[in-house]
Amino acid sequence: MVDVAIGDVGRDRAQKLAKTLSWLKLQDDGFRLLTLSAAIAVLLILGGVIASLVVGSLPAIRAFGFDFLTVQTWNPVTEKFGALPAIYGTLVTALIALLVAAPVGVGIAIFLTELCPYILRRPIGIGVELLAGIPSIIYGIWGLFLFAPAVQKYVQPPLIAAFGDVPILSTLFAGPPYGIGILTAGFILGIMVIPFVASISRDVFETVPAVLKEAAYGQGCNTWEVVRFIVIPYTRTGVIGGVMLALGRALGETMAVTFVIGNAHRIAGSLLAPGTTISATIANEFTEAVGDLYTSALIELGLILFFITFFILAAARLLLMRLERQAGA
Amino acid sequence: MTLYERRRRVGAIYLALCFASALFGIGCLMVILSTLLVEGFSGLSLAVFTQMTPPPGSGGGLLNAIVGSLIMTTLGVAVGAPLGILAGTYMAEYGRFAKLTVVVRFINDILLSAPSIVIGLFIYEVIVSRMGHFSAFAGAMSLAVIVVPVVVRTTEDMLRLVSNPLREAASALGLPRSVVIIEVAYRAARAGLITGVLLAIARVSGETAPLIFTALNNQFFSADLNAPMASLPAVIFQFALSPYKEWQQLAWTGALIITIAVLVLSITARALGGARTAK
Repeated sequence: MVDVAIGDVGRDRAQKLAKTLSWLKLQDDGFRLLTLSAAIAVLLILGGVIASLVVGSLPAIRAFGFDFLTVQTWNPVTEKFGALPAIYGTLVTALIALLVAAPVGVGIAIFLTELCPYILRRPIGIGVELLAGIPSIIYGIWGLFLFAPAVQKYVQPPLIAAFGDVPILSTLFAGPPYGIGILTAGFILGIMVIPFVASISRDVFETVPAVLKEAAYGQGCNTWEVVRFIVIPYTRTGVIGGVMLALGRALGETMAVTFVIGNAHRIAGSLLAPGTTISATIANEFTEAVGDLYTSALIELGLILFFITFFILAAARLLLMRLERQAGA
Repeated sequence: MTLYERRRRVGAIYLALCFASALFGIGCLMVILSTLLVEGFSGLSLAVFTQMTPPPGSGGGLLNAIVGSLIMTTLGVAVGAPLGILAGTYMAEYGRFAKLTVVVRFINDILLSAPSIVIGLFIYEVIVSRMGHFSAFAGAMSLAVIVVPVVVRTTEDMLRLVSNPLREAASALGLPRSVVIIEVAYRAARAGLITGVLLAIARVSGETAPLIFTALNNQFFSADLNAPMASLPAVIFQFALSPYKEWQQLAWTGALIITIAVLVLSITARALGGARTAK
């Protein structure tokens, strides 16, 4: 009798334990499945972005075909749309931004890794990175009210005067000084992306083995020569990757550009003239777009922008990955 | 000039240029911040926080825009952050060596630097054009899509920093995987996870582009998620480009409020992250 009772209790406990264990297993599988589906959701979001942009731009693709990329007119009244001025403005402003940000950003990185006293490295590094955190609309409003008028007053007149007689440059810097325009937008973009170039360059500069630098110093090189012949060659791919990431940023940036570019749908020979970019066109016109074709043309602009940034970013990632492999080997 | 002198001079010139570029970077930060303080501070008053955005030509405040920004940012982060943390958990804990992780990491990097205006177009296509009208809900969802990749990135990085012996010790006690992750790994990486969420909040609280055609704007106070809603960035965008002095002043004040909020968030995030790595 006693034996049976004990067996019952044991069976009860065993059942309880089994229940708890199976509940834990269920919970375990559930959590695993939850995280897995979240990871897949990230893939679905990107898929959704591409799919929705393609679907949204179908009417415009059907109506304009390949001409969309080569035509300059942008006329909502007659519903004739061409993306060329916007694409041109996007590429040119991003290029100007790079010409500003690449040397300055790399310069800051060299300063932070090779020259700056140790106590100041952290505060200055943080200060530069805070620049990256400031919302782009702040750069926009600052550019509109302060930077553009300053450029109009102090930068553009001397530029026009200086290059007025030089062939080629005279067309680039021609026309009245509006203040707003492609050059100003490019400059503001440049200031915005400096922190990206600077922080990535600093990170890759720190991967240079100290032994290499010491060897160069031992040969009698000075600081600049060590940077020029050891640090930069060793990290070249990484720096280029960082610059391209910044380029991706500059291509897609909207608010800072919208304020100062002037929104003119034409390709002007002069960098001082107002122009437009893909993102500025979308931001300015999307809520006012009446009719499916107009909206669809704007969405197709978004699709083009996405493809341009996608390829730039993919290339940048590949370069950075190659550097990582090199550092690991 | 001897070769030695020439080398010294060239070196000095380039190093001076590096010094100048650092000065330029810090100078830009100083100029932008001081402009914001000078222009924005004079407009800062109690009315800014208690009154609605005004019609052209009269005084008013930014209450509806501030509340709208808070609502949409909170909702966006509440949707995006858990999704990002879970996805990052999969990548760092379950699928550390899986092919899927490599793919998700690549896609996530693409999303991380996709232009935010493109995210806005996506939400417009998926939500706004389906529902037929602009809404605060759509605005919050576009912010959520921007939050996800930021949080995924930091979560994966931070969970990878948690040392394996810690997990092994917990597993040796017989704890199931999910309990090990939630009770041990999350706890060890807590500061890092919070850092990621704070960075995401900082990132989206200044976002303008995706909001101007998802949540649109609203002159009046609204807490209705199904209706257009004002937000600080959208109001700054509209008011700064207007010809009215009062509106421009409010735009500066709004810009000051956002910048202070964003800087406080990112400095807090940095302090938390710094404390974590210092240990």
